[in-house]
Amino acid sequence: MTSILSIKDLRKTYHGGFEALRGATLDIREGEILALLGPNGAGKTTLISTVCGITKLTSGSVSVGGFDIQSDYRAARSLIGLVPQELTLEPFETVFNTVRLSRGLFGKRRNDALLESVLKKLSLWDKRNSQIRELSGGMKRRVLIAKALSHEPRLLFLDEPTAGVDVELRKDMWDVVADLRNSGVTVILTTHYIEEAEAMADRIAVIAKGEILLVEDKDHLMRQMGQKELEVQLTASLDAVPDALSAYDLQLGAEGRSLIYTYDTRAERTGITALLNDVAAAGLTLADVQTRQSSLEDIFVTLVNDARPQEAAQ
Amino acid sequence: MNWTAIAAIYRNEMVRFFRTLGQSFLSPVISTSLYFVVFGAAIGSRIEEVDGVPYGAFIVPGLIMLSVMTQGMTNASFGIYFPKFLGSIYEVLSAPVNFLEIVIGYVGAAATKALFIGVMILATSALFVELTIAHPLAMVLFLVLTSVSFSLTGFIIGIWARNFEQLQLIPLLVVTPLVFLGGSFYSISMLPSFWQTVTLFNPVVYLISGFRWAFFGHADVPVVLSLLAIAGFTCACVVFVAWIFRTGWRLRD
Ligand SMILES: Nc1ncnc2c1ncn2[C@@H]1O[C@H](COP(=O)(O)OP(=O)(O)OP(=O)(O)O)[C@@H](O)[C@H]1O
Ligand SMILES: [Mg+2]
Repeated sequence: MTSILSIKDLRKTYHGGFEALRGATLDIREGEILALLGPNGAGKTTLISTVCGITKLTSGSVSVGGFDIQSDYRAARSLIGLVPQELTLEPFETVFNTVRLSRGLFGKRRNDALLESVLKKLSLWDKRNSQIRELSGGMKRRVLIAKALSHEPRLLFLDEPTAGVDVELRKDMWDVVADLRNSGVTVILTTHYIEEAEAMADRIAVIAKGEILLVEDKDHLMRQMGQKELEVQLTASLDAVPDALSAYDLQLGAEGRSLIYTYDTRAERTGITALLNDVAAAGLTLADVQTRQSSLEDIFVTLVNDARPQEAAQ
Repeated sequence: MNWTAIAAIYRNEMVRFFRTLGQSFLSPVISTSLYFVVFGAAIGSRIEEVDGVPYGAFIVPGLIMLSVMTQGMTNASFGIYFPKFLGSIYEVLSAPVNFLEIVIGYVGAAATKALFIGVMILATSALFVELTIAHPLAMVLFLVLTSVSFSLTGFIIGIWARNFEQLQLIPLLVVTPLVFLGGSFYSISMLPSFWQTVTLFNPVVYLISGFRWAFFGHADVPVVLSLLAIAGFTCACVVFVAWIFRTGWRLRD
């Protein structure tokens, strides 16, 4: 697998001395969708801006499609599309003009048919002659996406593409990303909606305080770190967990009508068989049994919290 | 050279200009007419001729220069400051373009607008006074060089400025005085000899003198010196802009 983006030991210190990136290393495979997760101020936008050439790197190296972003910036940048986090558009420009500007800036020949299809895909075609200031926030966000797609990038950065976008449109956006992926575009997106990363990404990277804490295949990550919950629903309600079951770390569900058992999928023995036997032996009647896998969000919170004590110690 | 990108920037800047075509067209016409009423009719009736040229005609080159300089500077400084202020500059910074392409696009558009206004003023003046242009080619050359160099200056100011006050500061504090003291409305030879010497340190004097020579064939300072001065100034601006983009000064964090 070739890597379309290769970041090595990237450091960024802003004027004033703040170190926003502290030796980030990341390799992105061509064609994958990577979700970059991290709390506010983790350095996600800084990472993206540095790769795109908007901020200068302090040390380390970055190459895009094999081209160094400093010595070969023309070749490197022509492969990249960027949808910034902020809605930065000129209010008096029309939608079509601003999209055409983007294409031209990237040195691509005029192609109105392509722009039409991009605008249609993002439900902006009807607004093509409107000025930006006449659009809603969600529409502006889509104009930014249209601008990035107008020059047919091979690597697309989406910095919080669905912030402030309604539920329906968010699903549309996911479809757009899926389409892009089918056409071979590599996508790196940041988001604070973990279900979004769960729905779209192939791999997940977690960044906190300027360091990449983890890069992992999404399914693998969820399997590896996932805790599962087994909920045993009962026909009668209980006041407390019966003494006969005190050996298990059980919690009482809503209205005492269920018992909740948490186990680790990685463990050799989950203890489910024994638990169910003991439940029956305790004279309880089962109504139903459910399992739940913990979400990426839980995993994410655990990871970032785990990282904090180490920093405090440093 | 990425000509497609240059054309894209240029075109986009010109769209902004055409959006306000009415204003762009009207304001130079009105202000020129006002100058003729005040300077041409009121003062001109007392000053008959300067260097053998009727006063009304004498001020035309200065009037044109005054507008071309201030317009070039404001257009260019605003043109780059506005995207910087809005954040939409991200696109230019992340595009596969070098500094020269960005400059040609932005400064080219600003200079075009300034030239257009210069031509408007020339045309309006022709309604008030009788004009002959002794060296038309030289006139065009001076006009183009002036609009380009002042647009370049404006471009630098737009990158340097951190707020709208700073954007106005240099044009107001430095350029306007230099332009007014640069002999737009009088001949240097009309000043006492001490002030004539002081004036020679004002770069604008060379521009207006050269430009006036192109009209009337009479200059305060040698024409070659004027050309060298403006060419040197333009080169200095280009070098400075190259440095800005190399270091990212006030553009890239
Ligand atoms: N231009 C700048 N000058 C100085 N510090 C900056 C600048 N831009 C960002 N920072 C700092 O760098 C750190 C990382 O910011 P960044 O915008 O990369 O975070 P982020 O992960 O994108 O956060 P969010 O989720 O809120 O968008 C923050 O502490 C921020 O204050
Ligand atoms: Mg951010």
